[in-house]
Amino acid sequence: MSSNGPNENNQRHTIGVLVENQPGVLARVAGLFSGRGFNIESLTVAETNEPGMSRITLVTTGDQHIVEQIIKQLNKLINVIKVIEFRNMEFVEREMALIKVKAEKQSRAEILRIVDIFRAKVVDVSPYSYIIEVTGDEGKISAILELLNQFGILELARTGKAAMARGKKEYGKKGLPHKIVTREQETVDE
Amino acid sequence: MKLTGAQIFFECLKREGVDVIFGYPGGAVLDIYHEMSNHNIKHILVRHEQGAAHAADGYARASGKVGVCLVTSGPGATNTVTGIATAYMDSVPMVVFTGQVPTHLIGNDAFQEVDITGITRPCTKHNYLVKDVRDLARVIREAFYLARSGRPGPVLVDLPKNVIQAVTNFVYPETVNLRGYRPTIEPHKGQVKRAAQAIRKAKRPVIYAGGGVIHSGASEELRKLAEILQIPVTTTLMGLGGFPATLKKGTKEFHPLWMGMLGMHGTYCANMAVSNCDLLFAIGARFDDRVTGKVEAFAPNATIIHIDVDPTSISKNVIVDIPIVGDCKRTLQYLISLFEEEPIHELKEKRRSWLEQIDEWKRAHPLTYKQEGNVIKPQFVVEKLYELSKGDAVITTEVGQNQMWTAQFYHFNEPRTLITSGGLGTMGYGFPAAIGAQVARPDKLVIDIAGDGSIQMNIQELVTAVCNELPVKIAILNNGYLGMVRQWQELFYNKNYCQTCLSASPDFVKLAEAYGAVGLKAVTPEEVEPVIKRALETPKTVIMEFVVDKEEGVYPMVPAGKPINEMLLV
Repeated sequence: MSSNGPNENNQRHTIGVLVENQPGVLARVAGLFSGRGFNIESLTVAETNEPGMSRITLVTTGDQHIVEQIIKQLNKLINVIKVIEFRNMEFVEREMALIKVKAEKQSRAEILRIVDIFRAKVVDVSPYSYIIEVTGDEGKISAILELLNQFGILELARTGKAAMARGKKEYGKKGLPHKIVTREQETVDE
Repeated sequence: MKLTGAQIFFECLKREGVDVIFGYPGGAVLDIYHEMSNHNIKHILVRHEQGAAHAADGYARASGKVGVCLVTSGPGATNTVTGIATAYMDSVPMVVFTGQVPTHLIGNDAFQEVDITGITRPCTKHNYLVKDVRDLARVIREAFYLARSGRPGPVLVDLPKNVIQAVTNFVYPETVNLRGYRPTIEPHKGQVKRAAQAIRKAKRPVIYAGGGVIHSGASEELRKLAEILQIPVTTTLMGLGGFPATLKKGTKEFHPLWMGMLGMHGTYCANMAVSNCDLLFAIGARFDDRVTGKVEAFAPNATIIHIDVDPTSISKNVIVDIPIVGDCKRTLQYLISLFEEEPIHELKEKRRSWLEQIDEWKRAHPLTYKQEGNVIKPQFVVEKLYELSKGDAVITTEVGQNQMWTAQFYHFNEPRTLITSGGLGTMGYGFPAAIGAQVARPDKLVIDIAGDGSIQMNIQELVTAVCNELPVKIAILNNGYLGMVRQWQELFYNKNYCQTCLSASPDFVKLAEAYGAVGLKAVTPEEVEPVIKRALETPKTVIMEFVVDKEEGVYPMVPAGKPINEMLLV
C-alpha cells in the first residue's frame, strides 16, 4: 500500500520535533528517515528556550500514509518529546538565506533595488560581490533567487525552514497531553 | 556510599532482579569481571558473543524477565548485533552491556573500538553511551525500564573502561523520568466500545493473535474471549502458545475454535477463514508480509479491529478500521467485561453456519504427510517429539523448514513454550536460545528442533551446554540441504539447487561426543521413537540426528506476494 516512489499524492510536509538535547538525537531522527527510504528536504535544529530541549523542523515529501508512519515512528523515539505536524492549522514558516551575488559596477544599483523591494539586507560588500541576507517563506526566497540569478549567484547558504503554529498553544510544556496519542484516538469521542 | 562503576553495575543488576548474565569477557570489561565474584550472580560463559545475545533472548522469552548479556568492546560488541536485531524484531526485553574503550580514546580508532551505539541505533529500542560514572545508575535503571515496558525490546548500554573504573556516590534512582516515553497501556474506552459493537454485528468473525498476546500475558483472556464469543482463532508464528491448540496436552484433541497458524505456511482453514471473514480481530500482531501475502487481498471484506501497544504497528501495512492502542491484556479484560454485562443474544444460532464452514475447511485440507517406506519424514519426527514429550516441552527452533514443521506439527498449549526467531529469521538462533530457556526453566524439558544447516551456525555452544550441565536436547532434521531455500529453488527457480546442498556435514554423533554431549542417530522410521525415548531419559545434553527425506517440502505454501487463499497444497 505504501510506496516510496513518486506518487501523485506526494506532498510536502513540515514537521516540528521537540527533542531532549541528548548526544545522538539528531542521528536517531535522521536515521529513521534514511533507514526507511524517506527523504528529508530540509532540516534545522537548535536549542529552545527550555534548557535541555531542542527543536528540529524538517520538511519531507510523501503521501499522507507515509507521513503518518513517519510521525508515529518519530513519536516512538525515546528522546522525542513532541511531534507537531503542520497540517490543517495556521502556522508561520520562515527560512533565511545568505546569497553571495556577483556585483559589477553596472549592476550594483539594480541589485540594491531588488534587495530593497524584498526587504532583504546587504551584510557584506566587496568590490565584486555582495552578500545578501533574506528572510521569508519559500516563495519569497525562490523569487529573489530567480531575480538575482541573472547577475550570477556565487554561493548560496539556506537555513532550511523553521515553523511555528499561530496563536496561543504552546508545545512541549510539561503537563500537556503526552505524546503517544495517535490521531485515530484523538478524533474519537466517547 | 562511594562505589566504582563496576560495583554500581552489580548493585543495579541486583536491584533489577537479575540473577544470570550471559557473557564473554575481554579487555574493556575486565573491571566488571574482576568485581563479579563479590556478587551473587550467575554468569554463563558462552563461546561466541552471538550465543550470549541469543541465550539472553531465549532466557527472556522463556521466563518473561529481562535477559542480560555482557560482552567486551569492538568485535565482542559487533558479534551481538544479530542477536540484538533478532530480539528487536520479536519485541524481546533484553539489556546488552558492551565494553568500550576509555572515553578519551573514543573516536581515535583505538584497539577494539567500534561505534556500537551508532551501529545498533536502528535495531535497539534505545541505546546509551555512558560518559560519566555519575549517570551509570540512572542509565541502567532506564535501560531495564525501557526494555520491559510498553512494546518490549533490546536496549544497549555502552560502558567505557574508565567509566567502569571511576568512583562516585551510589544512589539508585527511585523513579524513572523519561519525558518522551509514556507508553499507552490503558486503551481508549470509546474505541473498545466501538470494537465491541463491530463484534456484535459480525457474522463471520476471526481472531488473529500475535506475539503481543504472549508479551502482555493475555493468553487466558484471549481464550476466555474466544470461548464466550465463539470466535475461531488463528495465530501467527509468534503467537503460538497464546491460545491452547488442544484440549489436553500431548493429544490431538484440538480445541474446537483453534484453526492453526495462518500465513505463508499456515493451515488451509486459517487462511480461508481470514480471506472470507467479515470481521478480523487482530490482537498484538503486526500484519507481517509472511502473514498477509498480498495485502490488498488480505481479509478483503472484513472490518478490521487492531489492538497493539505500539501505535506504529497500526495501519502500517493494512489500513485498520478500529485501532486500539493499548496493552492486550487490559484491553481484552475490558472487552470481556463488556460482553459479560451484555452477552450476545442467541450466540449459538448466530455462529452455527460460520463454525460449520470452519469445520468443513478443517476437514477439506488438514495438515498432512505420509510416513511410508524406509525414509523418515521430518514431520513424523516432530509429531513423535510432541507425543513423547507429552506436549509439555519448551521448544526452540532454528529457521527454515524445521521451524515451519514445528509450528505445524508440535501443538502448543501454553505461552512461552515456543521460542523461535520469527521476524528476523535468524538461523543459529535456536540452540543458544534453548540454553537460555533451560537456564530460565531448569524444571522443563527443552528441545531445539534444528536443521543440519542452521545448527552449524552456533554449534560451538555445545560446550556451554555441557559444562553448565544443561540437559538441552537437539533434534537435527538432517536432509542434507538448506531445505527451505531448496524448496524455493524447486518451486520458483527451476530446480536449480545452487549452493543449497550440504553434501558434507560433520558426523553429528561424533561431534556431540567430542564436546562431551551424547549423540544419537536414527536412519529408519522404526529408530525414531527409541532414539527420542533414550534422549528424554538421558539427563545430559543430547544431539539426536534424524536422517530425513531429502526433498520433503513444507505445505501448504502461499508463494510470496500472492493472496493467502491461493495456496499450494500437498
